[in-house]
Amino acid sequence: MTSYANSLGIAKRPQDTRVVVAMSGGVDSSVTAAVLREEGYDVVGITLQLYDHGIALQKPGACCAGQDIYDARQVADRIGIPHYVLDYEGKFSQDVIDDFADTYLRGETPIPCVRCNQRVKFRDLLNTARDLGADALATGHYVRRVQGAAGAELHRAIDPGRDQSYFLFATTREQLEFLRFPLGGLTKPETRALAERHGLEVAAKPDSQDICFVPNGSYADVVAKLRPGSVEPGDIVHVDGRVLGRHRGVVHYTVGQRKGLGIGGIRGEEEPLFVVRLEPGQRRVVVGPRRDLARRVVTIREVNWLGPALAPGEGLEVEVKLRSAQPPAAAVWRLGSDGTAQAELHEPQYGVAPGQACVVYQGDRVLGGGWIAGTGA
Amino acid sequence: MTRVYLDHNASAPLKPVVKAAMIQAMDLAGNPSSVHGFGRTVRRAVEEARAQVAALAGVRPAQVFFTGSGTEANNLALRGFPGRAVLTSAIEHDSVLEAVPGAARVPVDRDGVADLAALDRLLADADGPMLVSLMLANNETGVIQPLAEAARTAHARGALLHCDAVQAAGRLPLDLAALGADLLTLSAHKIGGPAGVGALILADGLEPEALIRGGGQEKRRRAGTENVVGIAGFGAAARLAREELPDSARLTALRDALEASALAAVPAARVMGAGAARVGNTSNLLLPGVAGETQVMALDLAGVAVSAGSACSSGKVKPSHVLAAMGEDAGDAACAIRISLGWDSDEAAVERFAAAYAAMAARLARAPAA
Repeated sequence: MTSYANSLGIAKRPQDTRVVVAMSGGVDSSVTAAVLREEGYDVVGITLQLYDHGIALQKPGACCAGQDIYDARQVADRIGIPHYVLDYEGKFSQDVIDDFADTYLRGETPIPCVRCNQRVKFRDLLNTARDLGADALATGHYVRRVQGAAGAELHRAIDPGRDQSYFLFATTREQLEFLRFPLGGLTKPETRALAERHGLEVAAKPDSQDICFVPNGSYADVVAKLRPGSVEPGDIVHVDGRVLGRHRGVVHYTVGQRKGLGIGGIRGEEEPLFVVRLEPGQRRVVVGPRRDLARRVVTIREVNWLGPALAPGEGLEVEVKLRSAQPPAAAVWRLGSDGTAQAELHEPQYGVAPGQACVVYQGDRVLGGGWIAGTGA
Repeated sequence: MTRVYLDHNASAPLKPVVKAAMIQAMDLAGNPSSVHGFGRTVRRAVEEARAQVAALAGVRPAQVFFTGSGTEANNLALRGFPGRAVLTSAIEHDSVLEAVPGAARVPVDRDGVADLAALDRLLADADGPMLVSLMLANNETGVIQPLAEAARTAHARGALLHCDAVQAAGRLPLDLAALGADLLTLSAHKIGGPAGVGALILADGLEPEALIRGGGQEKRRRAGTENVVGIAGFGAAARLAREELPDSARLTALRDALEASALAAVPAARVMGAGAARVGNTSNLLLPGVAGETQVMALDLAGVAVSAGSACSSGKVKPSHVLAAMGEDAGDAACAIRISLGWDSDEAAVERFAAAYAAMAARLARAPAA
């Protein structure tokens, strides 16, 4: 046995190491493929056809594939690697889009990108990569995989502005062993510079902003289309019981939301009002002043745990991130039974929304996370 | 790594003799419609090719109408008679199925052969004049359809019969009268000619409405200056297809050897349409539980080019409507690959395929389940 390991930590020469790169057509995954190719790896590009682009844009007759698939093909051709398009429309519709609609209708706020990583990219695509004899699956995510004493660890990206670890909390240990994230140590400008050096036309392509299957940003419209008749108007109710107005359907709201309530300037209301909770059963949007948003306890379901072994009820001092754009907050983390957990926050947090992810960190390392099931004061 | 091409049903490599004929045609100046001598010279090349294509189909040159593709010929055949409702088989190529989206479909049996009793019932129930479209050889399985009987059935009910013979040309003897067809589609690039040229063969007296208008070319059936270089190549390829028809026995032996070694190495595999007569170059292998697109990728990475279903321009592969029509459930219908041999295929290619197929199946059997 040789102790030599290549840049991906695999004990083979790069040319003998097959790496499947998940290519979205964007600059990050394109650079990932180009960098690995330059290092001499046996790189295979795969792009997933996730939804019918023509239907999403409501342009009948438009090609099922968007510009991104063509961009990915062009990049693969440019850097000289084989490239394939896999039809995951059925899987994506069932495992991501349906979940997106159902989560909204439960009065929660979903993160479909996590579901997509969890159920499509890191499950089905990863299996396809194994089927093709690959040694690893690489993506363009800004996150780091660090080889620790007890196996692969997930760490934040070097560039805090680009860090995508929040969206990857559901990555299992087994998946992590097979995954590689070559961009985790780079900043976005460095990635763009690499794209230019490799002559990739996508170098200046803007980052994708929205959820891919909601190109015009109207989540509620998508839910209404997927679940006809489910988006129904109801009352906007103050926590003290007063009915303040009407809303167009709970799917239009998220906990912590302040703008767009349509109840501005209510007489006698001195404080600004926020969505405190959603009651889809009664079709009610409950609003209140900011203090009613304060939460100290968060309960979590579908926990993926990558951290040290914890006895039931044993507390661990961690930081938790409850929204992708919020800084982490100090908390005590306890694992429960059946994949549940509880986070006890040292300071109350505001706008904790069921359906979002609670991701657990110690410093830069991701210890795991789960979906926010409920909250307590 | 040398690559092996076993995807002739998608497009056959250009034959060297065809290439030479096309290079010669490239030196011709002028428009075949022109009155002057240059025009006459170019027109002679087009008419020579027309005679060669006519000979391949067993018709007179005046019955041959050049188009831009087999797809266009199918569209012209099926949309050129607006007074006739169209019936197709369930296993036709998309260029037939999508040319007439509302058309009723004649089912096929487990081996992929059209059910002529069902055809007769559908024709008996039809109100007005009908046009039936039935391919001669299926592009995915190679299964040969009972054209002559279908023609008798159609004609007895006053219907016309169109035959998409794109995958049969060069693999079976063609004769419009013997087939009993009224319209016949051919394509150059499936027989070692260039892509971008096809032909519709018409029985005497049939006059489809033109799809493309704006000139008197092809007796007003298809406007646009002739693709002279492509047509010259088509002519040469048609002549070779007729002359080299005996080569199909060699290809059948190669195909049978390929299937025997694949089944010996991978007992779970099945040959689709094996119970029916098939053209000798085509094999459709179904490996339950393994997506055809995964098989195609794995074989491509091993240097062997085959296909699965039909790919759209994005490269996305659709599950096979042909295998679904043959009664495979949706899962299995997505687990087949097509291997198609042609004039440049040899034993070494078959051995490469067999080795790559066995290695792929062994790896997939070992891979952890999802």
